[in-house]
Parts: sequence; C-alpha cells; structure tokens
Amino acid sequence: MKNLHEIRTSPQAWTASSGPLVVIDKLRIGFEGESVLNDISLKLLNGENLVVLGKSGSGKSVLIKCIVRLLKPESGTIDVFGKDIASLNRAELDEVRRKTGFLFQSGALYDSMTVKQNLEFPLRRTMKNLSEKRISEKVAETLENVGLADTLNKMPSQLSGGMRKRISLARTIIVDPLIMLYDEPTTGLDPATSDEISSLINDVQKKYKTSSLIITHDIECARITADRIIMIDEGKVYAEGSIKDFESSDDPVITSFFKKFSN
Amino acid sequence: MKALAPVRKIKKYAADQSVKLSEKSFAGAGRARGFLIGIANSSQFLARIIRETFSPRFEFREFLRQCFQIGYKSLPLIAITGAIMGIVLTIQMRPSLAEFGAVTLLPGMVTVSLLREIGPVVTALICAGKIGSGMGAELGSMKVSEQIDAMEVSATNPFKYLVVTRVLASTLMLPVLVIFADASGIMGSWAGVNIKGHVNLVLFTSQCFASIDFIDFFPALIKTFVFGAVIGIVGCYKGYTAGRGTESVGKAANSAVVLSSLLVIIADMIAVQITDMML
Repeated sequence: MKNLHEIRTSPQAWTASSGPLVVIDKLRIGFEGESVLNDISLKLLNGENLVVLGKSGSGKSVLIKCIVRLLKPESGTIDVFGKDIASLNRAELDEVRRKTGFLFQSGALYDSMTVKQNLEFPLRRTMKNLSEKRISEKVAETLENVGLADTLNKMPSQLSGGMRKRISLARTIIVDPLIMLYDEPTTGLDPATSDEISSLINDVQKKYKTSSLIITHDIECARITADRIIMIDEGKVYAEGSIKDFESSDDPVITSFFKKFSN
Repeated sequence: MKALAPVRKIKKYAADQSVKLSEKSFAGAGRARGFLIGIANSSQFLARIIRETFSPRFEFREFLRQCFQIGYKSLPLIAITGAIMGIVLTIQMRPSLAEFGAVTLLPGMVTVSLLREIGPVVTALICAGKIGSGMGAELGSMKVSEQIDAMEVSATNPFKYLVVTRVLASTLMLPVLVIFADASGIMGSWAGVNIKGHVNLVLFTSQCFASIDFIDFFPALIKTFVFGAVIGIVGCYKGYTAGRGTESVGKAANSAVVLSSLLVIIADMIAVQITDMML
C-alpha cells in the first residue's frame, strides 16, 4: 500500500494496482435514534466515476460526509488511500483531505472573498511552497478550465447558480485532488446548465485523472457521468450496475425511481 | 349509583390536574436540562478557544483583517456616539453645578464619568449590537451554507480561523475603541461647554486631565478587555453553534446581541465592585 506522503508528492502515485481509493465496509449511521445508513458497503475504484443514486433523505450526502470525516459513523470502517479514516489524527486527516476534493451541494463559496481569493484559499494552505506568480498562474489556469476566466475579481453574490457551481468546482480541483466527491452537483440548476456541469465533471476526470463519487438523484447527470451506479434505498445498497442495467431493469423500485426522476 | 357521581367527578378532576402537573414538571425539567446543556456547551466552547489560541499556527492575516473590520470600521460610529455622550452629559450637568456655583468642575466631572463608566459601557453595548450581531449572523450563515464544512475539508481548522481570530480581535480592539470614545466624548463636552460660554480648548483639556487619576483610567481600561472578550465569545458561540435552517441565522444574531449586552452589564457590575474594594 502506498503511503500518504507518496500520494501527496506524486498525485498519480495511486495506480490501479494500489487497489480501490475508498473502501466503505458495513457503514452504519443514524441521527436521534433514527437509522439513516444501514450496513452500506462500497468501493471507489481508481479512475472511475461512481454515481450513487437515491431519493432525497436516503442518506447519500451523509455517506460522502463520512468519507472526509465531517460526520462520524456509529459503526463500520472507511478506508481512504488504504488508511482507516476514523483512526487518523488531525495532521493525517488533513493529508487525506488535501487529496480529496469535495464539491458541496450549495457550492459553499466564501461570501466575504472574491473568486480569486476563494481559489487561493485552499492553494495557500495546501501548497505552501508556491510562489505568488505560480499561485496567480494556477488560479487563472483553473478558471480557464471551468470556462470562467473573466470572473476573477467578482464576488460570489454576483454569480449565477451555474457559475457558482463552476467556481466551486475550480476551487476544489485547484489543489489537484485524487478523489472528487460531488454532493448533488446539478441540484437547483436548469437542465441545460445541469448538462454543462455533468460534462464538466467528465472533463475534470479526464484532465486531472481523478476518481469521482457523485451523489445525485438526477438521472441525466448519471447518464452523462457514470461508469458504474449504486442505488441506495432505505439505508442500504439496493442495486449496482451500469446505466444500461438500471434502464433495462424491471425491478419496481428502480423503475419507479427512474420514472420519478427522469426529466 | 347516583350517590357515587360526585366522587367520580372528583376523581376525574384529580386525575386531570395530576396529568397537567406532570406535564408542567416535564416541561420545567426539559427547560432546566436545556439550560444546563447550554452552560456545558458554552464552557466547552470557551475551553476550546483557550486551547486553540495557544496551539501552533496562528491565523495572523485573518486576525489583522478582523481587527480592521471590528476596530477601524466601528470607529466612525463610536466617535460620533462618544461626542454626543460628551455634549449631552455637559448640557445635563451644567444647571445642577451652576446652582452650587461649581461650573468650573464641569470638565472634571464629565471626564471622570466618561472614563470610569459611560465610555466603556456605552461603547461595549454599541459593539455588542454591531459586532456581536455581525459575528452571530456571519458565522451562522456560513454554517447554513456549508462554508464552515468547506473550510474543514480544505485542511483548515475553521475554529481557529473563524472563532479564535474574532475573539482576539474584539478583545484587543474594544479598549482602543473605548479610548477613542472617551477622547471624542471630551471633545464633545468642550463643544457642549462652548454652547453657553467660551472656554479655550487648551484650558478645558488641562482641567479635564487635572481632575483624573490613574485609578480612574486603569480599572476601566482593564474591564474593556473583558467586555471585548465577552462580545467576541458570545457572538462566535451563537453563530458557530447555530442550527442548519436559515431561521437559525436570525436567532443567532438576535441572541448574540441580547446575551452579550446582558453579560456586559453583569461584568461591569462585578468590575465596579472589585474596583470599589481595591480603593
């Protein structure tokens, strides 16, 4: 197993032979006595886009928040880069988080900072040896990659929903993560912008060689991005397969979900 | 059977009352539990502020930014309020002193009242409204919009970055603001004196400083550090522990102002008692 130092110094050090990047085993979590996830197990393989489908309230967002330890599970284990996330100290956890990008449902851009400052924030904290010139270059280059080079000095309040998502994605990819976690990336966007964001997820995967875990209930997003799909129902993994498997399935739960959430 | 009817009524009445009483007891116990949990949580929050303040990697840039936001941006409000306090005090005191032929004591009296009590308390209350509510609302909305979580996953300690810097900035900036409020209060007092007469500024200020002693200034300055800390801690606590809904942002801002104002008054009362014992 590669250690975290190797991963940090060489982003591509995690090869297919290194095994899955994320392994979740029998994860169980609940709130106020109510079970949300019940014995969930899954693996995120190197270089794949894994889509986790499920209804609102099925615990999808809880699942990815557990991966970066924003939430602590009641039982079960989560291994990220071969390390049990629950047993890491703060410094080790920060190392894992540096290589794990998280796109929040709301975008979570810092309101008091300009777009430039939003992008510089994680960069200055994770890559401390970068010169001011290199930081500016990296910010400009990343904004170019998400198609918003002209927003450098704008405040988040001056941006549309789709632009906020793109900037948020730029802020996440600027530190060259190995894993991307997307929490409902197309929620609240019109169909055209949703498709643009879904295509951007694919572009990011190709350009930055990331492995992505995409939480969504948007079937179109799953169609565009998924290499593999896992469906969660009532706190458990209900089904797993390709988009074709799901679309051709005659299982009542799957057909009902696809009918309800297809545009 | 008819004879038993009143007995049944009494039994039913007693049972109803018993249920109501137990419901009230449960509600009371729930409130007491909530209050105790609140004290435990705020104590933990305070302990964490102390611990994180002295642990490595101090967020110096953010601390300076907060000093600018809290100190410099509050300066016009504090200066205007201080000047008005000085004018009003002078106009109100003048007739009473004139009755005893002691108008010459006016500069000294106004200065002592401003330095000892009115300057620190009024400035702290204004800051509780301006800074405390700002912190509560800002941190509350950051929590609701997942900005605090985003900071956490960017390998940044949000508590250190957001809370420690704000608490330290308000602790250090409040005494500075109070000094400005006192100074503009004295200038306001000079303007007030000149409404009904003419006193030279140099003469006025020399009379002001002649009447004050170290003991008038130093304890008042010390308590302003406490006021600043109280405002920062309460504002950050209410914002950082706000719920997830947008309604909780308003609640956080509101309760930050109410609680910090109340605690400032209580802290002032304790500080006055301590100063009085020392004199």
